[in-house]
Amino acid sequence: MTQQAVPSPTKDSTPPSWSIDDTANGLSLTIRGDWKALQDDVVQFPATALTSSHPGSGKTLSINPDGLGSWDSCFIMFLWTVKQAACQASLTFDDHALPSSAQRLLALLPEKVEQPAPHQQDRESFFARVGGKTLDILHETATSSALLLEVMRGAVGTLRGKNSMRLKDLLVDVWNAGPSALLIVSIVNFLIGAILAFVGLLELRKFAAEIYVTNLVGIASAREISAIMTAIIMAGRTGGAYAARISTMQGNEEIDALQVTGISVAGYILLPSILSLILMMPLLYLYGTLVSIFGGFVVSMTMMDISPTGYWLSTFNGVELSQFAFGFIKALFFAGFIALAACRIGLKAGRSAADVGIAATRAVVIGIVGVIALDAVFAVLANAAGI
Amino acid sequence: MMSDRETLISVRDLQLSFGPKIIQQNVSFDLKKGSIFAVMGGSGCGKSTLLRSMIGLLRPTAGHIMVGGENYWEQDDAHRTAINRRYGVLFQSGALWSSMTVGENVALPLEMFTDLKPDAIDHLVRLKLGLVGMEHAIDLFPYEISGGMKKRAGLARAIALEPDILFFDEPSAGLDPITSARLDDLILTLRDGLGATIVIVSHELPSLFTIADDGIFLDAVTHRPIASGSPRALHDSCTLPEVTAFMHRSASIPSQTEQKAEQHV
Repeated sequence: MTQQAVPSPTKDSTPPSWSIDDTANGLSLTIRGDWKALQDDVVQFPATALTSSHPGSGKTLSINPDGLGSWDSCFIMFLWTVKQAACQASLTFDDHALPSSAQRLLALLPEKVEQPAPHQQDRESFFARVGGKTLDILHETATSSALLLEVMRGAVGTLRGKNSMRLKDLLVDVWNAGPSALLIVSIVNFLIGAILAFVGLLELRKFAAEIYVTNLVGIASAREISAIMTAIIMAGRTGGAYAARISTMQGNEEIDALQVTGISVAGYILLPSILSLILMMPLLYLYGTLVSIFGGFVVSMTMMDISPTGYWLSTFNGVELSQFAFGFIKALFFAGFIALAACRIGLKAGRSAADVGIAATRAVVIGIVGVIALDAVFAVLANAAGI
Repeated sequence: MMSDRETLISVRDLQLSFGPKIIQQNVSFDLKKGSIFAVMGGSGCGKSTLLRSMIGLLRPTAGHIMVGGENYWEQDDAHRTAINRRYGVLFQSGALWSSMTVGENVALPLEMFTDLKPDAIDHLVRLKLGLVGMEHAIDLFPYEISGGMKKRAGLARAIALEPDILFFDEPSAGLDPITSARLDDLILTLRDGLGATIVIVSHELPSLFTIADDGIFLDAVTHRPIASGSPRALHDSCTLPEVTAFMHRSASIPSQTEQKAEQHV
């Protein structure tokens, strides 16, 4: 049996070829030419070449490399398939004529390739998966609730002076969650207010009801948009940062070190993070609402005929204080949700660099989706309560 | 001679698993007061996992760990934390809290668990850092210091609360031979000076021969301990092929051993 590789890439290299001949002791595989990977097509040794045409156990398959030119891993790959085929055909594989470096490389490769171990994620039936997911969600809810309880216990401990949180950590977190987010909160809320006023004015003008743009911007900002936009900003900015920070601490064994030392992770790491967001978010919401109304004001000044004082008076007449209170309470809940979810995701994360990225992404996505879902719940509750 | 000493921790038929996968089983040994106990074995055999179960980070799936007559894993969290107060742990990476300076890292356990005045804490922090040769780094953050310094600072933190038992997870891993030898000296000095008992997880032979006087050898293929005794004694007289290969740095272990061990990393 003889085979020659088809392409001949360069003039000074001979294409690889091989042939099998019968000898007194068994078979002889003669190899000729240059065996270079990444130049030619890979030369294949048909797995059935030995079993189909040369059956016979106890015989030897010897390699005759007299015509071998230069070679690299391509040659070893070919020899490995020969070695496996020889094993399958119960032939003794004799490679002592090969260059010693090739022999050593070949010795590293097994005669029989074991089936790669299956990944642990076995295929489950649809119902098993749904059931598993449901149990996961229930378990996750329980764990998060327990975590919240731990954080509250930490808060009580801190109030009692049991030294579970450093004021310095709280202040750093408060600064990161509050003042340093002012710029982005301002930009987003200003633009939202301006867009609301612009679109609103175009429509209201048709009914000669332009003055109601103050109510539109004011109520929409105070009740919904500012709370949601601020929460989304904080989920992306602070929630992601918390998850990344805590999962990095997990990877660095910092969380383990806290646990072993007996320092409560909930009280020491989570409490300042959650508390700072709960403290800052309602304030950011109030600030964002005012900026949003200001955005509407700026657009209205250029597009409609109203005095500045008139605009503000109309706004405060049209927007009841309860709307602000409603938004304020929502902001509190959003903050608690974002911070707790981010911390939980960070603690749950694996220990590799990729896991940090996954945790941060997950915290942002769950934060944003959760905030919008919570807002829907609030809308239903407010409707029922007649607010 | 060793058997005359008081037993501090007694591990019996411990089984450690991740889900359905058994990491080690039938692990039994006694930790004698004042000894340096080595947990040996190839990469991925479950050395660090065993250590984690001893310090309360991983619940074993069977067997028990008795600490001073109490079943460690049957205690509630608060009591386990109280037992842990006797422990000092040096993690593989040092595990310094990254938001704090080296000094604050050492001070935190003291602030949390003692009623010492800030002045006294400051003195103690300087002393502990001085013992590990890190007093100059007291105001540096973990990201500003090298790997070896992180481990030394981690050691200072581990001995902050005057522990009875010190756990070291691969203290020499990733360190150059000189730094590693210095760390060995430091460990021995601390053992003699503080009268501590030490559990050390390592596969650094030179350091094991220098410091350990008792130990256990975990096998990655059979998932159970296959030899026990001091690393020096195992080196000189153990005839098991896995142990001899490990102790003599021979590459001629059956290739399967390595492959299977890698799967469990």
